[in-house]
Amino acid sequence: MLEKNRITSYCRIKNHLVHLNGKLAFSAVNANFTTFSKEAYRHLGLNYLKFFKMDNLSKLAFLGAEFIFQDEKLIDNYAPEEIAVCFCSSASSLDTDRKHADSIRDRANYFPSPSVFVYTLPNIMLGEICIRNNFKGENACFIQEVFESEFSSNLVASWMDETKCKGCLLGYIDFEFEKEDALLCWIEKSENTQFPELTNENYKNLYLNN
Amino acid sequence: MSQLAEELKTEIIKALNLEGVSPADIDNDAPLFGEGLGLDSIDALELIVLLDKNYGIKIDSAADGKAVFHSVSSMVAYIESKK
Repeated sequence: MLEKNRITSYCRIKNHLVHLNGKLAFSAVNANFTTFSKEAYRHLGLNYLKFFKMDNLSKLAFLGAEFIFQDEKLIDNYAPEEIAVCFCSSASSLDTDRKHADSIRDRANYFPSPSVFVYTLPNIMLGEICIRNNFKGENACFIQEVFESEFSSNLVASWMDETKCKGCLLGYIDFEFEKEDALLCWIEKSENTQFPELTNENYKNLYLNN
Repeated sequence: MSQLAEELKTEIIKALNLEGVSPADIDNDAPLFGEGLGLDSIDALELIVLLDKNYGIKIDSAADGKAVFHSVSSMVAYIESKK
């Protein structure tokens, strides 16, 4: 039986370059992240105005998921409860935390923004993707000092092997100081050996070599 | 009323990050929530902050909020009633 947990699609976003399954899918290298993300949104032909209300971390994760799930067949065969999301991050929500802190620094002009505050929880990025795609399975968000592949790849493998999870979006999503660093992988059971197995090494190599 | 309505619409677009929406796109009497602009609960909180920050008006109760934030016209009427 060759059916194993495999990475059947992946998206790498770094330096304003989007690579989908190893091929350049979009770029806006001379833009800041706001412009890059807006142009990527338009490139994908999306009509989802809530995107513009998201913080940068959520926009990054959302775009990565959108690039992967342009291929709707990837999730068509699974029930919402069978699809999980597992993300890790280093900076977590620090970018938004700083914006929120700045907004409440002046006690004489104290008007914290609810829509900024809500994104001071990094797991909101999972919620944005789950709402958009109607995913209702396991989801978890972990903070790591740096990208570390073993913990999350093992966790997702255990979800795939020991729970009802049949598909999982595994990723490392990081945004700080206008720099994005994201890898999102779609994991599912497959016999197709052209897709890499979900292993610590393979997941790490996708991060390091793309 | 008209000038205040236009000013308010510009402020709403900015506060709620309504990408691609111009003041002319917002009907003064159209519901802000549910249909119309399709705003959500976080947007409602932003509108409460907007009234407080820009007009010094605090919403005292949830029941008031529902009526005040029904449309741009109802917001304008509420602001003018508090002047």
